Amino acid sequence: MSDFNIKVPTMAEYIAEGKQPEVLFWVGCAGSFDDRAKKITKAFVKILHEAKVDFAVLGAEENCTGDPAKRAGNEFLFQMQAMGNIEVLNGYDIKKIVTACPHCFNTLKNEYPSLGGNYNVMHHTELIKQLISEKRLTVEGGTFKGKKITFHDPCYLGRANNIYEVPREIISKLEVELVEMKKCKTNGLCCGAGGAQMFKDAEKGDKEINIQRTEEALETEPEIIATACPFCNTMMTDGIKIKEKDVEVLDIAEIIANAKDL
Amino acid sequence: MQYIDNIIFFLILAVSIVFFVKNIKKLSRNINLGVKNPQMDNKNLRWKRVLKIALGQSEMVKRPISGALHVVVYLGFVIINIEVLEIMTDGLLGTHRVFAPLGAVYNIGIASFEILAFLVLVSVIVFWIRRNIIRVKRFWNKEMTSWPKNDANFILYTEMVLMILFLIMNAADSKLQLLGAEHYTIGGSFPISQYLTGLLPSDISSLIMIERGAWWFHIIGIMAFLNYLYYSKHLHILLAFPTTFYSKIEARGQFENLESVTKEVKMMMDPDADPYADTSSGEEEEISSFGAKDIFGLEKRQLLGAYACTECGRCTSVCPASITGKELSPRAIMMKTRDRLEEVSKNIDKNGEYKDDGKMLLNDYIKPEELWACTTCNACTQACPIQIDPLGIIMKMRQYLVMEESAAPQELNSMMTNIENNGAPWQFNQADKLNWAKEDN
Repeated sequence: MSDFNIKVPTMAEYIAEGKQPEVLFWVGCAGSFDDRAKKITKAFVKILHEAKVDFAVLGAEENCTGDPAKRAGNEFLFQMQAMGNIEVLNGYDIKKIVTACPHCFNTLKNEYPSLGGNYNVMHHTELIKQLISEKRLTVEGGTFKGKKITFHDPCYLGRANNIYEVPREIISKLEVELVEMKKCKTNGLCCGAGGAQMFKDAEKGDKEINIQRTEEALETEPEIIATACPFCNTMMTDGIKIKEKDVEVLDIAEIIANAKDL
Repeated sequence: MQYIDNIIFFLILAVSIVFFVKNIKKLSRNINLGVKNPQMDNKNLRWKRVLKIALGQSEMVKRPISGALHVVVYLGFVIINIEVLEIMTDGLLGTHRVFAPLGAVYNIGIASFEILAFLVLVSVIVFWIRRNIIRVKRFWNKEMTSWPKNDANFILYTEMVLMILFLIMNAADSKLQLLGAEHYTIGGSFPISQYLTGLLPSDISSLIMIERGAWWFHIIGIMAFLNYLYYSKHLHILLAFPTTFYSKIEARGQFENLESVTKEVKMMMDPDADPYADTSSGEEEEISSFGAKDIFGLEKRQLLGAYACTECGRCTSVCPASITGKELSPRAIMMKTRDRLEEVSKNIDKNGEYKDDGKMLLNDYIKPEELWACTTCNACTQACPIQIDPLGIIMKMRQYLVMEESAAPQELNSMMTNIENNGAPWQFNQADKLNWAKEDN
């Protein structure tokens, strides 16, 4: 991947110039701070840039959506976060949001409306698919052509929001061999990170969930495990490390950006 | 004395109905111990879901083997019960095969009941084999202690016996019809039981004894079974319908925003709010605690779900925590909720109202370790054939632990402190949120 030298504008800058972007890119905490997830963020920015999407981010004005607090049972903290964010978003008159994190996606899309935050929220795979169908983005296999890829369904994209086919449609555009795990789509197994598990050790048991899921993915003998969630990515990457396998774990955005050599 | 049979039948029927009504009342009283359900809007969609999911078994058949077997037993149960109408009428009026004058329609009816009875019998035997010989894993998880196992097998045995009695009754009846026995109206077609007639004696009095015996045991069995429901996982045959109706129709990922919290947060965030203002609206407001520590804090539909759960274990078989050997099992969450609810119910029966027994659903039944193992992945809610929501109960109890007891695991407390202080679950400075854009790669 080439160096990252794209200017990422903030909403504050846009408003100062009296402009409104086509879409707000909600980066999320993982996408902002986690070293692995930052690569996904940059890959997605490259795609937005390539497709000439007029976008902005909130930067320091972006706060955690409150998803992990809510799932941990702290409704107070969640609603404090939500209302703070809604104030910022409504203040900028945001209409459309895209995010690469299914947890942010779910919270913004489903849990903000009743608190006064009504936006057209898209997961980045949905926007990528739309850009392809609008011919703003062309996708070819490139280095991925003929590779064997399996897709791990993030719970908060799949079961939580019934998005199963969008990421698969994008992958299939790459002239790759898409292989499904035994447990996929509605039956997909969680990577182990959801419900605030990402931030704590697992309870006593006989196996880590990410190892279980990594083994299921490895059964398909893939060259690449594709995901569409920064947390799934971390869990599966850790799983692959422990299993000492030579399999790449990549986000859909990274696959597209790499295929186009962006 | 010629009416003695009718009188006995009437008494048995009356007693069974009285007990059944009593049980239903108790059931409804217990479910109403829960807090109000969220707004049940979109009634049309809810009815559609009842038709598709409960009546149409759409989720059940997602596992083809158990699904197909279940559809047979379910159809058999519903359709063969039409015959129970005739049995009831005969029992009360002292008639015999009172619907026989319907002729061809009647014959087709009896023939299809027989075929269904046979298919039900076969399916139930396969169910029994899956449970006890093949030992399908989900029937042997740790929460499947002796009572749940016995309950399940008892239901299967009862169904086997009822179907066999029905077929023996028909076999004896058809033989009596051929022998021209008095009172045995000619009617019915017997595609299955005809193969049993050879096993039966040929003298009329023995046949009458067999026919009457089978008839009485069959109908008494049905009435006893009806009254067994309340104590059994088999309640699902009734409660699957309301459970589906009240089930969540929003996206699975959408967790309810607590209104009580919204009010307080809005007040905290309003710069014009007077911090010393008297917030009580004059009337005594209901003192509510956040989340649930006991069944009293759960929603009515969650308690309904606990009664409706038939312990099939599809939820547990797909739960990532259960699969990896954690203490959590979504099925156990439902079973424990029901156990505690029943304990409270007995307490109320005994004392007239609930007297604190020093126990709670939390800790005494469901341990925090179980609650914290959940990844909120919704695999359990997706797998449940009647849309029971163990995750909803887990969330309510987490809310209690965190908001009332501040009893989250230490690492989660750190995560939440970070969100509060710097807007991210990790310890990064919020001012650095856009640093990634300035890094080269």
